[in-house]
Amino acid sequence: MTLGVTKKEKIDALAENVGVSLAASAWKRLRRSPVFLIGATIIGIFVVLSLLSPWLAPHDPADPMLIKQVVKARNEIPPPQPGHPLGGDLQGRDFLSRMLVGSQQTLIVGVGATLIGLTGGLILGTLAGAIGGWVDSVVMRFVDVMLSLPALLLAFSIAAMFAHPSQFSVILAISIVQIPVFARLLRGSMLAQRASDHVLAATALGVKRGSIVFRHMLPNSLGPVIVQSTLVLATAIIEAAALSFLGLGNPDDRIPEWGQMLGDVQKVFDTHPHLAAYPAICIIIVALGFTLMGETLREALDPKNRR
Amino acid sequence: MALLEVRDLTVVFERKGEEPFTAVDGVNFDVEPGQTVGLVGESGCGKSVTSLAIMGLLPKRGARITGSVVYDGTELLKLSDRQMRDRRGRDLGMVFQDPLSSLNPVIPIGLQVTEVLERHRGMPRKEAMVEAKDLLDKVGIPDPNRRLSEYPHQLSGGMRQRALIAIALACRPKLLIADEPTTALDVTIQAQILSLMKELVQDLGTALVMITHDLGVVAGLCDEVNVLYGGKVVEKAMRHELFAKPRHPYTHGLLASIPRLDAPRGEKLTPIKGSVADNIPWEQGCAFAPRCPNALEVCTSVTPAEEDQLGRLLRCHNPVVPGTPAAEEVPV
Repeated sequence: MTLGVTKKEKIDALAENVGVSLAASAWKRLRRSPVFLIGATIIGIFVVLSLLSPWLAPHDPADPMLIKQVVKARNEIPPPQPGHPLGGDLQGRDFLSRMLVGSQQTLIVGVGATLIGLTGGLILGTLAGAIGGWVDSVVMRFVDVMLSLPALLLAFSIAAMFAHPSQFSVILAISIVQIPVFARLLRGSMLAQRASDHVLAATALGVKRGSIVFRHMLPNSLGPVIVQSTLVLATAIIEAAALSFLGLGNPDDRIPEWGQMLGDVQKVFDTHPHLAAYPAICIIIVALGFTLMGETLREALDPKNRR
Repeated sequence: MALLEVRDLTVVFERKGEEPFTAVDGVNFDVEPGQTVGLVGESGCGKSVTSLAIMGLLPKRGARITGSVVYDGTELLKLSDRQMRDRRGRDLGMVFQDPLSSLNPVIPIGLQVTEVLERHRGMPRKEAMVEAKDLLDKVGIPDPNRRLSEYPHQLSGGMRQRALIAIALACRPKLLIADEPTTALDVTIQAQILSLMKELVQDLGTALVMITHDLGVVAGLCDEVNVLYGGKVVEKAMRHELFAKPRHPYTHGLLASIPRLDAPRGEKLTPIKGSVADNIPWEQGCAFAPRCPNALEVCTSVTPAEEDQLGRLLRCHNPVVPGTPAAEEVPV
């Protein structure tokens, strides 16, 4: 490579970078990453499907229209047939419609649990990281206690505390488990920010404490938390499935949810594995999509990869 | 009356289970309005800690600060956190060493300048933006309008330091403390930044405390120079005096260690032997004694007192006689 080329490349790189924020330059790199594109495509399709599912679904997911074909004694379940490409479920409801509408509930559970967990974690992490001292100690010991319990077990216990399990109790159980993860992550990066030069420089300018925390420390600490939340979206969906599978999910199965569908068919799994396979594969693909996005986002937001 | 009077400033770092460490040991100096004062010394001599103590930026726990820092008639060490916060940035500005890490990476330059203006001068955002543009222009940043919306990583090192100087001077403080402002920059940019600071300080009548290990910076900028060693001022003199006739063996050694253009080719540099780690505590004599070519018996038993010798302060038992050549040659 000649000197002239490198120089030109440098100038191009400089010109490209003009007026570009951290987020914008991360986006620039993400667009070129095939892994991110795969993840984003999966999630894009998932979100569009779930939003449009009430119109896309050929039948009412709660209507036992094929109930006549269900013969409990002989373990017969409606097979795929014209108008019902995936057949029916144990109650004779159209399986394709239930899959489509189920994506909506799955999305609600994932996003809801992540948002609540993120909010709780942001509050606790900011308190601990910004105030420090005894507040930090109290919050972090609380977080340590929560993290010392296995996540899934804790979620089961919380879900089991509700006398009437519902969609909301599932979301709450999963989100509470995520709070300490977010809190610890944010607190760590807040502490790093507190010791950073630019926070010292801002302090040396007499900037108020509130501005230091919310303008200088918090925005610089959010990178890892954003990434973590995309990963939590994936685990939340899987955990919701696990809760439903164990009968701690929403008992009202008129509105389907993938995890719950997976739980419902445990008894017929040996004779009709496809009833479990469809929701399971969908859960895996969606979780994979979120994970791929999260991983590439983490790389793109890492300041060491910049320039 | 001096703008800043530092008297017997002592900073002791204390930690449970460890020996307390005295980073700054009874430092005295004055800064007159508009004057530029240098604090010179090698790493670990307490220059940065002195500046942080003046600004009230040392952690509350672990650092015990005694003595007095009087700014414009106010004892800064007795102010509450809130009062000190109101003064920082408005009365006392500070420029740090590394211009990249001293700017907030996620906020455009413009907002970082307006932040101080809004905070201390109560300007509305729009008015502050106009002022910010003027400030960037004043510190020699080309195309200030565009730069206002850019992020720190998009500016060159020199440009970033200019921006930091603009931010520090935004509220026209009467005193600016610059902690090695040119260390992270390359040599040509160093010269530009120094001449910019010199110019601004003269224009605005700002007093400047220049903290540096670089005697070249001192030679170009400072009216008065304090040479620190082991947390104490060992020699204080006007710039010309100090460079023409260094009396303390440490100052003498520092000057002798600088390569000279007029020296014959092949002449070896004369380093100061040993390192700061060789210091002895001041209570047992002179901290510099183990490294000092002029050391006498008395240097390791009696702490040298600060003596006033014809307008210069000197802390030495056996000062260099003016005119002697550089310290003895040490094989490197």
